[in-house]
Amino acid sequence: MMETKKFISLIGRNTKTYFKDKFLFFTSLLTPLMLLILFFTFLRNVYIDSFKAAFPPDFAIDNRLLNGMAGAWLLSSVISVSSVTVAFCANMVVVDDKIHKAINDFKVAPVGSTTISLSYFVSNFFVVTLVMLCVLALGFIYLAAVGWYITVGDFFMILLGCLCNILFGSLLSTIILSFVNSQGMQSAVATLISALYGFISGAYMPISSFATGLQNFLGLLPGTYGTSIMRNHCMSGYLSAMSSAGLPDDAIKAIRDGFDANIYVFGNSISLPAMYGIFLGTTAALLVIFVLLVFFKDKISFKFIKKPINLKKNSETA
Amino acid sequence: MIVEIKNLHKSFKDVKAVDDISFSVKEGELFAFLGVNGAGKSTTINIISGILNKDRGSVFVCGEDIDKNADKIKSSIGIVFQNSVLDKKLSGYDNLKYRAALYGIFGAEFKKRLQEMTELLDLKDILKRPINKLSGGQKRRLDIARALIHRPKLLILDEPTTGLDPKTRITVWKVIDTLRKEEGLTVFLTTHYMEEASDSDFVVILDSGKIVAQGTPHDLKNEYAGDYIKFYNNKDKVKEYFESLNKNIKEERDFVIVEIDSTKEVHKYLESNPEFFDDFEVLKGNMDDVFLNVTGKNLKDV
Repeated sequence: MMETKKFISLIGRNTKTYFKDKFLFFTSLLTPLMLLILFFTFLRNVYIDSFKAAFPPDFAIDNRLLNGMAGAWLLSSVISVSSVTVAFCANMVVVDDKIHKAINDFKVAPVGSTTISLSYFVSNFFVVTLVMLCVLALGFIYLAAVGWYITVGDFFMILLGCLCNILFGSLLSTIILSFVNSQGMQSAVATLISALYGFISGAYMPISSFATGLQNFLGLLPGTYGTSIMRNHCMSGYLSAMSSAGLPDDAIKAIRDGFDANIYVFGNSISLPAMYGIFLGTTAALLVIFVLLVFFKDKISFKFIKKPINLKKNSETA
Repeated sequence: MIVEIKNLHKSFKDVKAVDDISFSVKEGELFAFLGVNGAGKSTTINIISGILNKDRGSVFVCGEDIDKNADKIKSSIGIVFQNSVLDKKLSGYDNLKYRAALYGIFGAEFKKRLQEMTELLDLKDILKRPINKLSGGQKRRLDIARALIHRPKLLILDEPTTGLDPKTRITVWKVIDTLRKEEGLTVFLTTHYMEEASDSDFVVILDSGKIVAQGTPHDLKNEYAGDYIKFYNNKDKVKEYFESLNKNIKEERDFVIVEIDSTKEVHKYLESNPEFFDDFEVLKGNMDDVFLNVTGKNLKDV
């Protein structure tokens, strides 16, 4: 009971530390902001032109459907990429605690190391969920304004997909950042994730627009499926509406292929349940790694990670 | 004894950070740990407080074995780290609230203790402000409050006044003295300031992970520091005389200072050369001399 109260208090402290750090909070929102700027400056028109390119000649469709479809695609990108980038930024609290030795202050207190590690993960999941729900709410408001074609079922599947992405991002960031102990490594990881993850998960540009070899390679990365799951749920209502409006099936397939609702790896189409299987399977594997790290990190020697021995700094501050 | 350490060993790869040290700390005393960077002071503190695991040896704090009752020991220890470990973006109040929670102090119990700490350390005006908006002295007061929030029996201070201005150092020491007198707190101190070590009840000097000297400041001065006679007149004759006796001599603009083995020697020279002693001072050696003679290093230079 007492350990639970300590655990809750640590979650409160980690969460408050993140939200009080305005720079960290702003950095977390940098990726969704970049996507929004790109969308409103030129991507929206590019997407709409691409949709139209798949239409048969003289096929006319309601502009609200087209604008909503482009917005839904953007929303799926923002959710999938931000679930990971926000998780990494929010988890910088862990690294800061190591750099500024706050972790030592926790270690000298009668609280278990498992409680401390779990509190970081839970607070990260909580923070990212909170931020992503705000992003989702803003996205839904936008879609309602430009064209709402999302069914109740899709709405809940979007929430589910979002939660899966958040869980994946939180676990991935917690595991990777548990090995980061310096400001330099912290900056390198943050830069790499912010710059790279949007591309490799297909959030900035559809994977289908890449060369076949790169498409196959990206098909081996679990983030691709996290993004594609969101694409399927966000676009589902719009594609159904287009179908109802008389758009032929091959045009629907062309849009699904072109905008990553369908993923092909080495020529094989990956179904939505298979995408969930791969993505949740990877998330489960990350969960196992996280649990192993929480319980056995002190006992496992990670010899592949070179830690500089600096007794003066690390063990002898006096 | 509140701390008892026997044959403690700790190595980092090939470096012996702590090499077979044994010492004890009496309840209520001010205990000073002296040593240059890398001597093993913080490693020892980190082992006592549970941050690091020892390789060998035994550590008992408040009668509890660190291998068996680490959590009980942690509840008995408060630490003020060399650099503040408080959350910089959070207020002083939040920092103390979250740290108190780690010791199972919540609600009314926390508010009561916070009130005590506020009065003792004059925290009223700084509790609501974020840590990164506070001065060095204000942060130090909060660091001490954080270390004392759970009423520890042993307060470990890892160079608590390093980087503080003289006025704040005096304030910090006034607080520590009050705590020792009013709460019977045992203070385990590491410091670079010899005047702080001089005020201790017991001093242990570490060098390269080993204890090279220990005792009360008085005993250490008697054993390791020579005394001095400062002559203000007859400088040339004084210099010539003591050079013939192979004594260490330092000549300054206004005086000649001669190192002697003990104050008893003064009598001898006073009888043999009374003309030297019309204007003079006898000075006791200080802890700087002790440290220099024991380790061959000057703490001010490292």
